[in-house]
Amino acid sequence: MSLDRDTVRRVAKLARISVNEDRLDDLGHDLNRILGFVEHLDEVDVSGVQPMTSVASQTLRWREDRVTDGGYPEKVTGNAPAADHDFFAVPRVVE
Amino acid sequence: MTDLNELTLAQARDGLARGDFTSVELTAACIAAVEAARPLNAFITETPEKALAMAKASDERRASGTVGLMEGLPLGIKDLFCTEGVLTTAASHILDGFHPPYESSVTTRLWSEGAVMLGKLNMDEFAMGSSNETSYYGNVVNPWVPEGDNRRYVPGGSSGGSAAAVAARAVLAATGTDTGGSIRQPAAFAGIVGAKPTYGRCSRFGIVAFASSLDQAGPMTRDVRDAAIMLRAMAGFDPKDSTSVDMAVPDFETALDGDVRGLKIGVPAEYRVDGMPAEIERLWHQGEAWLKDAGAEIVPISLPHTKYALPTYYIVAPAEASSNLARYDGMRYGLRVPGKDLVETYEGTRAAGFGAEVQRRIMIGTYVLSAGYYDAYYLKAQKVRTLILRDFQQAFQGVDAILTPTAPSAAFAFGEKSGDPVAMYLNDVFTVPASLAGLPGMSVPAGLSATGMPMGLQVLAPAFDEMTMFRVGAALERAAGFDARPAKWWVS
Repeated sequence: MSLDRDTVRRVAKLARISVNEDRLDDLGHDLNRILGFVEHLDEVDVSGVQPMTSVASQTLRWREDRVTDGGYPEKVTGNAPAADHDFFAVPRVVE
Repeated sequence: MTDLNELTLAQARDGLARGDFTSVELTAACIAAVEAARPLNAFITETPEKALAMAKASDERRASGTVGLMEGLPLGIKDLFCTEGVLTTAASHILDGFHPPYESSVTTRLWSEGAVMLGKLNMDEFAMGSSNETSYYGNVVNPWVPEGDNRRYVPGGSSGGSAAAVAARAVLAATGTDTGGSIRQPAAFAGIVGAKPTYGRCSRFGIVAFASSLDQAGPMTRDVRDAAIMLRAMAGFDPKDSTSVDMAVPDFETALDGDVRGLKIGVPAEYRVDGMPAEIERLWHQGEAWLKDAGAEIVPISLPHTKYALPTYYIVAPAEASSNLARYDGMRYGLRVPGKDLVETYEGTRAAGFGAEVQRRIMIGTYVLSAGYYDAYYLKAQKVRTLILRDFQQAFQGVDAILTPTAPSAAFAFGEKSGDPVAMYLNDVFTVPASLAGLPGMSVPAGLSATGMPMGLQVLAPAFDEMTMFRVGAALERAAGFDARPAKWWVS
């Protein structure tokens, strides 16, 4: 399997990373190199093998559904590039 | 008397206990060494004032009779650990100016045991790299240089700043994190000890996430005893991490008598890889001989899926990374590059904020998780991962620990491998399998290459049996008697 320019463009779009047209070929080359490497897995017979979900074979713990932290919006928004009245300020998304 | 920054954690602990010096004196010696070591670029942020304040508080605690496991001992912290109010960058442009409003659980434990923070250590961006050449804050330089060679060498990665700072005697010890070898490989390249505990031993809360099913914190130290001391202080159950294991943390130092008599040590045939330098192979045989002389039995074993570990890793880790790094969107913290609308802002921010290797891995991860490819790549990799774990489980029915080289070569010069991502990935061929299986592993410095660069041996143990890992590590350390030091070329 090999990635063409259109696929690289589509993956970049899905990953929300803008990629200039002049970088598509180089990036495609690198990605194909990596995909070619991981395709060695095609040799392995995995019939009847369960996919791993956790190395520790543990189940997730339950906890009581209650608030354990919070009440400081100014700390939460303290690192925001833009904040207003304890809210994150983002570019307009609806007209 | 030796300069205080040259001491091991154990020596400093004992000296402080005897009252030979104070934590403020010890910390001041380290601060001076950190400044002197600036040509290595091991730190992203130095925190000398905070260090002295913490040292003073430690001396006061000691005077009042309270002494933690790490009381008064100055450390460097990999810049992947969130530290409250102190710049935390993961060595990425996209976390510009991020001052966490909270502290990671591992560092919280270290401070509550009395440790002192000297600053935040450089690393590969988001821990993605094996040579510390992907940091937004520039390359970290290995203190070790082959004699007569005027090039500079990589410290390994991703915990390259941690390895360099410990090897340069600037910090007594440092935290690292290991996703596919990021503690063990730089430890080998810098001639120090690095230990990755079992997945679940150390809380991941407050560590910037790379690949959550693999990430584990661990100590990077000058000797095996120090790793045992520091891991005990770092490990323990944390309700804030859903994969943290609720299990008592033993006193790992009690494993350090180096008595390996009767232990069975497995040597896996599949780790004899093509193109491995003869000196690595010789070191490995030497390690077998040392353990045999100490009374252990060497047992040939097979881990048949070893060659599939790296391809599996380079599906699983980028897939998890692409999900984890989706949070960097320029809205809540860090860099924002404004565009004409929201999507353009996301795309511009992530293009400017992530470096080339991080972008590659996010895109690989996005691709293998995308509609139509999930089963062929991600699901398949998770099945192979089951087989890799099964290999180890079967092997550990017949052996107590496994001995391998840590890395397939000694440190290389800058630029030697940075042109080809796959050539770089091969550095982690011996460390990745245990990461995929969640097993504890440590690197112990064991010898020098023909050009005088350090090389390490790796000890792997069954899950939650760090005691055996330390026992075997201590035996190797004792037999190797590794006491070489890099020449301090960086001190002007």
